[in-house]
Amino acid sequence: MVQDLTMAYGDFIIQRDLSFSIRRGDIFIIMGGSGCGKSTLLRHLIGLKAPAKGRVLYDGTSYWESPIAEQERIKRGFGMSFQSGALWSSLTLAENVALPLGEYTDLGPGEIAEVVSLKLSLVGLAGFEEFYPAEISGGMQKRAALARAMALDPEILFFDEPSAGLDPISSRRLDDLILELRDSLGTTVVVVTHELASIFTIGNNSVFLDPETRTMLATGDPKTLRDTSPNPGIRRFLNRGDI
Amino acid sequence: MSCNHDGDRGHLYIKSSMPEQLSLDFPSPDNLQLVLAGSWLLTGSAPSATDIEEQLQVRGDIRKISFNGTAVTQWDSGLLTFLARVYRLAGEHNIDIDPNGLPDGARRMMALATAVPPKEDTGKHGDEAAMLARIGQISLDMWRAAPEMLHFLGEVMLSLGRLVRGKAQFRRADLMLIIQDVGPRALPIVALISFLVGLIVAYMGAVQLAQFGAQIYIADLVGLGMTREMGALMTGIIMAGRTGAAFAAQLGTMQVNEEIDAFRTLGFNPIDFLVLPRMLALVLVMPVLVLYSDIVGITAGMFVAVTAYDINTFEYYQQTVRSMEWSHIWVGVIKGTVYGLLIAFAGCLRGMQCGRSAQAVGEATTSSVVTSILFIVIAASLLTILFQQLGI
Repeated sequence: MVQDLTMAYGDFIIQRDLSFSIRRGDIFIIMGGSGCGKSTLLRHLIGLKAPAKGRVLYDGTSYWESPIAEQERIKRGFGMSFQSGALWSSLTLAENVALPLGEYTDLGPGEIAEVVSLKLSLVGLAGFEEFYPAEISGGMQKRAALARAMALDPEILFFDEPSAGLDPISSRRLDDLILELRDSLGTTVVVVTHELASIFTIGNNSVFLDPETRTMLATGDPKTLRDTSPNPGIRRFLNRGDI
Repeated sequence: MSCNHDGDRGHLYIKSSMPEQLSLDFPSPDNLQLVLAGSWLLTGSAPSATDIEEQLQVRGDIRKISFNGTAVTQWDSGLLTFLARVYRLAGEHNIDIDPNGLPDGARRMMALATAVPPKEDTGKHGDEAAMLARIGQISLDMWRAAPEMLHFLGEVMLSLGRLVRGKAQFRRADLMLIIQDVGPRALPIVALISFLVGLIVAYMGAVQLAQFGAQIYIADLVGLGMTREMGALMTGIIMAGRTGAAFAAQLGTMQVNEEIDAFRTLGFNPIDFLVLPRMLALVLVMPVLVLYSDIVGITAGMFVAVTAYDINTFEYYQQTVRSMEWSHIWVGVIKGTVYGLLIAFAGCLRGMQCGRSAQAVGEATTSSVVTSILFIVIAASLLTILFQQLGI
């Protein structure tokens, strides 16, 4: 849940007065035109950037007002798939996925290897364990990054532009995977995207950021927003410009 | 954009030698018509808009600018940039533009270019600050950089504390890899530079000493010079360029790829994971490199003495051993270790501060070398004074 959040780089305000809540099991879409601060909002949600004002609450606990140990505990429940993948370039795919497992679980090396293979095959990368990130394509890097994000079975998965740079079939598969994760594991998913097809297939809750007024214009189910939003800007965005 | 002309496609392939022509016409007193003719290409020289501006100023009653483009044979962005200039002028003087007389394609392109108004208040202020203001700004920025450096220092200290308590998270394999990279792989360049420095010191000294027939003291000069100062200093400068820059570039690139953010979100401390092994590696390797550099430098001195000044190898060896004290070697090794610490600190600091672009990685690398060398020079002066005062 986000309360009265204002985000700024120095004196330059990106977005102000954001308030919305994400329920458990939601697939929550952060959408808006290019450059409106979607990724920045995501960085606030995962605790990479402190808000200029306002609070980010997880189950009623304010993240930035908590002691470090508590912050670490909250962060343990996050999985994040970055826009560029952000795989650690000096490690193989298997090592990338194994690193958090080795650090936060008591599994032995054999069991870790099994979990790693499982996660990689979930994203369609079985057999690529020993490859380095630079040796595979951009789309594969994204999927590998997802495997890493899922390594610790997070309660909340964050995606920054998951389908950017993916072909239509791969991005469809990714959408299916996201839905599947929600349905079978009960994972809450937060996605930054402006891919309309994905927005309507997977999203059941959303927030719409506007670069002009620098605040949120609406929150709710994207399908409802598309059809009934009183704001013409939102309807135009969700209908690809035709009202 | 392809050259085209509305209507007759055949014009496309006819090389029109007629350059662009512009004349002004007044169909009615408040209407300025620009008559365009010839080929308007980027490769030509588009007329400036000063004539039009003059007209607008002289005749204050102009309310509308229209065009007559029927005689245009070819056009590309050259025409569009000229039109953009005219549009801007018209905007400044609050004059209407009637684009109907333009070639069809050009009219549509201009409609496209003016569809989205320029965004104001993007947070970028174009005005150049005055000299004094800039100097002030630079001083303020430098003042602000100090706390940032101290903050990083603090984080490194905390991380060291965790290392001592055995709680720091990093992979031993990483440390080994980095040690291999900064140590054994640096041997050839350290050997080359140390040998040359040894050679130079020996020659410079020998020329003077030979005047008194005291060539044998080349051994003292080179031995003392290399162990106390030059070995550590040269190794430090090589490592600043070789390893400090590499650290900054590695961490900077990781910053660009969001890899460091990935560490943070997964609850890994990037200082523990990335900075600590690099600092440890350099601090462990530097003493060895300094000793190696000392030995190579002294060998170079011996080479000069034996070949050019006819001193027996054994004699030279004896003289070196006689002049050498353990304290000289220790002083050099301690200096070298301090330099190593500073180089790794500067390299990692600049890498972690790196922005999110390729340009920023380059700046981080440059800045790491400059910072390292600055640190080395300051440390060298302070340590030399300190050891002098302590009488070591």
